[in-house]
Amino acid sequence: MSTSTTLEAPKKGTWDGGNEPLKASYGKLMMWFFLLSDAFTFGAFLIVYGLSRHKHLPYTGEPEAFTFSTEYWPIPEKVFNAFPGLHGMDLPLAFVALMTMILILSSVTMVLAVEAGHRMDKNDVQKWLLWTILFGATFLGCQAWEWAHFISGTDEGMLLADGTRVFGANLTINQYGPPLFADLFFFITGFHGTHVFSGVVLLIMIFINTVNGVYHNRGHYEMVEKVGLYWHFVDLVWVFVFTFFYLI
Amino acid sequence: MSSTDISIHPDVHHAHEEHDHHHDQNFLEKYIFSQDHKVIAKQFLFAGIFWAFVGGFLSILFRLQLGWPEATFTFLEPILGGWIENGKLNPEFYLAMVTMHGTIMVFFVLTAGLSGTFANFLIPLQIGARDMASGFMNMLSFWVFFLSSVVMFMSLFLDTGPAGGGWTVYPPLSALPQAIQGSGTGMTMWLISMALFIVSQLLAGVNYITTIINLRTKGMSMTKLPLTVWALFFTAILGLLSFPVLFSAALLLIFDRSFGTSFYLSDIYIAGEALTNTGGSPILFQHLFWFLGHPEVYIVILPAFGLVSEVIATNSRKPIFGYRAMIGSMIGIAILSFVVWAHHMFVTGMNPFLGSVFMFLTLIIAVPSAVKVFNWIATLWRGNIRFSTGMLFAIGFVSLFISGGLTGIILGNSALDIQLHDTYFVVAHFHLVMGAAAFFGMFCGVYHWFPKMFGRMMDEKLGSVHFWMTFISVYLVFMPMHYIGIAGFPRRYYNWTGFETFNIFTDMNTFISLAAIIGFSAQFIFLFNFIYSIFKGRRATQNPWHANTLEWTTPVLPGHGNWPGEIPTVYRWPYDYSKPGASEDFIPQNVPFSQTQSSNLPSERDLE
Repeated sequence: MSTSTTLEAPKKGTWDGGNEPLKASYGKLMMWFFLLSDAFTFGAFLIVYGLSRHKHLPYTGEPEAFTFSTEYWPIPEKVFNAFPGLHGMDLPLAFVALMTMILILSSVTMVLAVEAGHRMDKNDVQKWLLWTILFGATFLGCQAWEWAHFISGTDEGMLLADGTRVFGANLTINQYGPPLFADLFFFITGFHGTHVFSGVVLLIMIFINTVNGVYHNRGHYEMVEKVGLYWHFVDLVWVFVFTFFYLI
Repeated sequence: MSSTDISIHPDVHHAHEEHDHHHDQNFLEKYIFSQDHKVIAKQFLFAGIFWAFVGGFLSILFRLQLGWPEATFTFLEPILGGWIENGKLNPEFYLAMVTMHGTIMVFFVLTAGLSGTFANFLIPLQIGARDMASGFMNMLSFWVFFLSSVVMFMSLFLDTGPAGGGWTVYPPLSALPQAIQGSGTGMTMWLISMALFIVSQLLAGVNYITTIINLRTKGMSMTKLPLTVWALFFTAILGLLSFPVLFSAALLLIFDRSFGTSFYLSDIYIAGEALTNTGGSPILFQHLFWFLGHPEVYIVILPAFGLVSEVIATNSRKPIFGYRAMIGSMIGIAILSFVVWAHHMFVTGMNPFLGSVFMFLTLIIAVPSAVKVFNWIATLWRGNIRFSTGMLFAIGFVSLFISGGLTGIILGNSALDIQLHDTYFVVAHFHLVMGAAAFFGMFCGVYHWFPKMFGRMMDEKLGSVHFWMTFISVYLVFMPMHYIGIAGFPRRYYNWTGFETFNIFTDMNTFISLAAIIGFSAQFIFLFNFIYSIFKGRRATQNPWHANTLEWTTPVLPGHGNWPGEIPTVYRWPYDYSKPGASEDFIPQNVPFSQTQSSNLPSERDLE
């Protein structure tokens, strides 16, 4: 114990009250806790994915001989092999790799926006926010195409036992494999897409505020930082969704 | 009341700037869409009491059916209308009532009503903050809860009745509207209501946690926090981590019900027709549900732990025994609560080895729980006990927690659970340990903090009548249930008179129902006492219980901002009761050691 402390002066340690022990404002803390909670929501969905997939048989034959069937879980490379404008070509995971790159790039521009905010450089914040919005919106557009293709299906479709063919997928029937494959694809990428969409809306809101000088007059760009946390989280979740649906 | 609006900013010049603030809040801002944590707490309390009476009333209705299975209930027609058919209760309505009783009590009363009330009321007052971190989100949390309540309440009046698949809403029953009436519109509304409820919990939870971390007053270190705040802190963390999983489960169920997916459905024949759903698993829902469901029981009981610890220490005029052990045991319980969920699922055909792992983890919870019970009893031991009503309920809580906890050890054993699963033994167990016990914690809190909430005292005589009637009838209801449960009497059965084995329990069931009716009637004494005391109760002094915590340093009726002047600084822990050498038997947290030279311990001596 220091000899200079008087009895009236309370201790001033990190957790002794009257300060912000984690060196973060309440708004930032709230965002962190919200993200923690949201991580559990996504975690539950991904566990549902894992368990559902585990319940189905894997495809055991040669990759070349693979055909779509409801008997086993499909190989992702065979499902996601289309690219806009290149009809009929087999480009496994090329489009989703591009989407992922775009989303990761948007995280980079988000970091630059936050950094510009620390420098109180209004123009730079605007510039990088705009790039982030652009990349985010592009990602959503790509996802819309990916969904549209998934729904309309391939030229061949899937041959059913009674000789008819099924084209594309919806929530009850699916040309690529068991119905649950499509259910989970729509549900989880849809839930993630909703998060990206909310993120883009938030970004547009803070962009407008930045242009109007709201944060400059306030003296800090903390709001950009908070939305940035959310944006990085959504990116991180995509990495997991990508891994589960496309890679494994 | 109109002159008590104090600005949040610590050093404003009141004389000059008063007119700049919202000095004259209108009625809407002050009582309806208020951002003051104390008003929001009262809103949660009133909503909780309302729901408790609705939930209690439903239980009386189905106890009538169980107690007098052969009786005609024509006299209930004015209330239940078409649900009484030829003097008999409609069996599907019976299921719906059981479902709604569970849902209402667990979520709307003991989650929102209990931690909503006391987290909002006590966190800012006890840590020395002007308000919650975000008053707006706090207000939003109540109104989203209100919306969710409205949806749930409306579902009670549907033609086809409210949700009827049990409060755990297991699919496929809950997923197939053609299965029972209660899986139709009522179930849809149940899911909408619960989704809103989860949003409300989330808004509240991040606020509570952040407030406790960032807004403690000077000197209020984590180890000087009253145990109530610690308990509410863990409650908020549990809610934050477990409710989102229920949210996931509910969303998937909504898709199964309304959009044709098969997450929980596979190979089902219903009414002679085969459904196309394949590949899903109903057990998956149970896993997701109980990942919330088990922490949920601690979300219900932890606030009661906190309130009871505080009230027992104050009214025994002794420091709480084992302050750090109390915190440690709560941490232990909080962590363990996430790894025991499958003990609700021993009969789902899980691997017996997995069952034994969950059994082992479940039984470990007995250790921190026993630590807490030991500490409460040790706190009472040789204390100068004041039997205020709050204290009576606190002691009653400890009693119920022991009685209900003991049967938890029995049910935690997977081998025994297979025999007892879905019998009245389980019903008796959880009603004692989390239902009645959490209610006792809530009553204890209401009686104890009533003077701070409304500036008046509740009547002690009525309070003790309320306590004894409730306490005795709780035991009279739930003790016999253990016996019929061991005999194999199953839960959720509308009518059991067709089973020869169970006919011998007719008298016992009638007895339980009578005790339940007496217990429910006793709650009207509380209701009268509560409402009467708000308007006509004896006026409270600033610190009627001679308690140490910071809320008692505020004015009798604290305004917006809680302390008219500066926020007090904290120098000591909250349990300096009957300290040897002190002039009084309590030393509030904001009294510096320099003013209590005669009672300071060697380590608290002058450091110069």
